[in-house]
Amino acid sequence: MRSLYISLFSEFYKSRKTLAFWAAILLPVVICSLVSFGFYSSSDKILKMNYPGLMLWARYSGATLNVMGMLIMPFYVIFMAFSVNNIEHKNDTWKTLFAQPLNKFSIYAAKYLYAVLLIFLCLFLFAALTFGFGYLLQALVPKYTFNQYNPTTFLFNAYAKLFLSSLGILSLQFILSLVWADFLKPMGIGFVGTIMGIVTASLNWQYAYLIPYSLPTLALTITKVKPGGDPLAFDIFTKDVYTSLIYAVALFVIGYFIVSKKSIK
Amino acid sequence: MSNFAIETVGLNYNFGNQVVVKDLSLKVPTGSIYGFLGPNGAGKTTTIKILLNLLQSPADQVFVFGKEINSNRIATLKRVGALVEQPAIYGHLSGKENLINRCILLGLKRSKADEMLALVGLTEAANKKSNKYSLGMKQRLGIALALVSDPELLLLDEPTNGLDPNGIIEVRNLMIDLATKHNKTILVSSHLLAEIERTATHVGIINKGQLLFQGTIDELHLLSKPMLEIETDDIESAAALLSNSGYEIISKTDKKVILPFTSSKDSGKINTLLIQSGFTVYSLYQQRKDLENLFLDITKNN
Repeated sequence: MRSLYISLFSEFYKSRKTLAFWAAILLPVVICSLVSFGFYSSSDKILKMNYPGLMLWARYSGATLNVMGMLIMPFYVIFMAFSVNNIEHKNDTWKTLFAQPLNKFSIYAAKYLYAVLLIFLCLFLFAALTFGFGYLLQALVPKYTFNQYNPTTFLFNAYAKLFLSSLGILSLQFILSLVWADFLKPMGIGFVGTIMGIVTASLNWQYAYLIPYSLPTLALTITKVKPGGDPLAFDIFTKDVYTSLIYAVALFVIGYFIVSKKSIK
Repeated sequence: MSNFAIETVGLNYNFGNQVVVKDLSLKVPTGSIYGFLGPNGAGKTTTIKILLNLLQSPADQVFVFGKEINSNRIATLKRVGALVEQPAIYGHLSGKENLINRCILLGLKRSKADEMLALVGLTEAANKKSNKYSLGMKQRLGIALALVSDPELLLLDEPTNGLDPNGIIEVRNLMIDLATKHNKTILVSSHLLAEIERTATHVGIINKGQLLFQGTIDELHLLSKPMLEIETDDIESAAALLSNSGYEIISKTDKKVILPFTSSKDSGKINTLLIQSGFTVYSLYQQRKDLENLFLDITKNN
């Protein structure tokens, strides 16, 4: 446990000045700011629609969520999996890392966990900033109806689903980036996978949920709304989230198997 | 077994079909500076990686401080510091941050980083990004990283690679200091014999994965037969005279005649003979075959 903590802290220390770390903070700040700015500058048009609070929140947070869920999230995850491993490939430091008196599982798990934490941080900021900027917009444009609906549960559920459904991609890409030192192979496979995921998910292909890359998109597709119920209240643990978690755990274990057998040349 | 910091027993290692290390039985005594000599590609780095458990060795072939490495990986690594090939440094971090990161991993105080920087003379460059370091500075930072945990055993893979003469002398003195004053055992690999000859107490010579010689530096010197080199005013005639008088001539150049050295007394006799025969003897001295030639001889036969 101590060596896991040490390794995790070292991951943070190593990467705190890199784009990989700052991307987790900059990405939500930039995207949420842009969307909020859009809602601020074109408030006249939006006000004409006369959205009730729930619909306004749905439109506003959907603007971020759709872009995130479809495109940015898979690529962000691919990039995280790549950069956490690339820091060792680039500097040729695998050999020293594994020559430290720490067990191999801790080193591997810390890397994986660090990528998970960065994704968590990124999505947490997305949710928090969406919430905060929503109320800021309300203060700036008093005619908005953001104060009529409390989006906490919805934002929590949506981002929790997005987070959990992206872990499958993370584990898969993590292995690819661990095995291959170059940028193109994991990125290329990730790119093809993501496109495939978007296509199969949007076509509602029956087995789309078996492709890890399609899971974030699927997770955000609201299928069942109880009649008379809140359309923004949905379950977190659906089939796609379970599939993602199964992929994540299975590939994480396989990844460890690869690391423990890996000879450092 | 406990007298050896490192002991390998008939160690074999292959990359696929290629044999890299063959029946290697290293014996590195505790407290020694063990020069691990061999040409490039002889298997030195592979052996060091096996000693760090980066490459999996077969069971019961590698013992560090008397303990089998595969089943005592962490306990062993705690006592070992290493510099393997090019120093492994995070280029986007400064030298100091690299050391702090290592301190974090080893659970050491961060102040240790400054100590190490001072030890290898990098205090002034402490906050400079390490990818801006010269090769020599990187090498010194690598040594600092290996030393930060104050390990009992140091594995240094060509530590003077890329260093200028001053740096080489510094590293050499540092190694001697560590071994004599701090009782560390050092295994230092090199393809430069002169380098090893100056620091090592023990030597192992490896070529094509096989150990060709292992012993103390004196034992290595004994292997090379001493020669008697004579410079005179007339090499040709002097060589002819000595040969006719029953001495074996090993070689002769236009400046000197070389004979096997037997004893000081015999050398005196030869001198007298030459002088009495009217030669002028410029010099007459005992010469050992240097390691360079000895090394070539040993590896040639392999």
